[in-house]
Amino acid sequence: MTDHIPAAPLAAYTAGDPHLDDATVWAVEVHLENCAGCRARLAELAAPPLRTLLDDVQVTIDRGVRTGPEPARRRAWRRLAHRWAVWSVIPWVATVAGAVLAAFALDRQFPERPSLVLLLAPVAPLAGLAIAWSRRSDPAWEITAGTSRAGLELLLRRTVVVLATVLPPLALAGWRLGMSPALWLLPSLTFTAATLLAGGLIGVGRAAAVLGGGWLLAVALPAVLTSDLPAVVQPSSLPAWAAAALAGTLLTVLRAGDHRRVN
Amino acid sequence: MVRMVSATELEPTTYAWPVEAAGLRVKAGRHVAVNGLDLRLGTGVHGLLGPNGAGKTTLMRAVSTVHRPSGGSLRLLGEDATNGRVLRSLRRRLGYLPQHFGFYPRFTVREYVEYMAWLREMPKAAIPGAVQRAVERVGLTGRAGAKLKTLSGGMLRRVGIAQAIVNDPDLLLLDEPTVGLDPEQRVEFRTLLRELGADSCVVVSTHLVEDVVAACTDVVLVDEGRLVWQGLPAELVRLGERGGTGDSPAERGYTSLLTTHRSAA
Repeated sequence: MTDHIPAAPLAAYTAGDPHLDDATVWAVEVHLENCAGCRARLAELAAPPLRTLLDDVQVTIDRGVRTGPEPARRRAWRRLAHRWAVWSVIPWVATVAGAVLAAFALDRQFPERPSLVLLLAPVAPLAGLAIAWSRRSDPAWEITAGTSRAGLELLLRRTVVVLATVLPPLALAGWRLGMSPALWLLPSLTFTAATLLAGGLIGVGRAAAVLGGGWLLAVALPAVLTSDLPAVVQPSSLPAWAAAALAGTLLTVLRAGDHRRVN
Repeated sequence: MVRMVSATELEPTTYAWPVEAAGLRVKAGRHVAVNGLDLRLGTGVHGLLGPNGAGKTTLMRAVSTVHRPSGGSLRLLGEDATNGRVLRSLRRRLGYLPQHFGFYPRFTVREYVEYMAWLREMPKAAIPGAVQRAVERVGLTGRAGAKLKTLSGGMLRRVGIAQAIVNDPDLLLLDEPTVGLDPEQRVEFRTLLRELGADSCVVVSTHLVEDVVAACTDVVLVDEGRLVWQGLPAELVRLGERGGTGDSPAERGYTSLLTTHRSAA
């Protein structure tokens, strides 16, 4: 639309000429919406009574703006918290932090026993994950589940929140015990990815229960009973953990569509 | 600010029915609550009636894409709702008020509606205006800054309606929206329904036959997961003049339809 409105139709439109046909009125209005020059020409053509009316309207609007209610205040921090925070995981995170602290104390006390911090690290985020994406803990799950951000986006946001609250206590304990960060971080990330991956098929809560229970029964419990540090948490198995964490993360992203509906 | 009506807004739709179900089966737990339902809904307000346990809420959950249908076909706004890939774009055009309206007690009304607008991926610039408009439409302007835990049941219900209409949905699903509303608010709500039904498809699930007759353009009666009857509210009233039990012609029409259906089955 490069042509501007010819003078005759513009004058007729301004004067409210009843003989102007609808098609022309429409074309004039569409053009006026996007052309400041033609709006200025329209303003010049306007008759004095119309200008007085417009001035009155302007004054009334200005008065309304001055005396009307204040615009609602933007509270960026609150909004950020609403979009990221998962309040329902707080009790679980506190429990996990307590467990890590206890494991750390025991490790300091009995350095010759298998490290409980290492045995706990893989399963530490699982409870938080199960809570963060379940029907029972989110009162508005039914509304949330039917929105376009539901599924992987919300799940990943919540996973980030869980990891951000679970990993610092582990990091602190690992640092004080002088362990390599990879020893606790990689198993932790692998189990997180595996839970999300399996969760897409059987539900995150069930996946967390199976994987966490499996680890505790098959690895952690025998290790505590026999006092041998199992091979899977020794530095020699780190390359395998790295590969598993990478593969798990990739597969989770590839299978993102599984989370479109809440299980 | 100059806004031009874009070509996509004026485009005719490419589907005949906003909701089109054929042989739809949806499970609630292990129980098949919707069993072979055939339904077509056009633009307008549709009142979904049926006895307790007829599968209304399960049907609403399936149409809101929360539950996956276990069989049959379900097309919403021209898209196949059983295909996961289209869900994200489809859900931007849906509004849903569930029967159990869960909420976050510490959110204010405005914050909650804004959060829901954000979850439905509205453009960032459009959210504040849309939130204000939705809150005004349900008559909660004076309480927009109040925390949800301080509101009464009827007000909470209206917050639920506000969050459902905030994105101007093409398909709006309201499950028992009038529970807890006082008579004046119910009359206002009916006016709102008529406005909304002018250019979108609104499905209202309810027990209150008089709400359906007053505000709906179409009545859908389901029982045991199947469609029993679909027609105009006036037809329901006319059926009630012939027999059935109840206090109003519409109620008599409703009971006589159910009785006929059950004796035929």
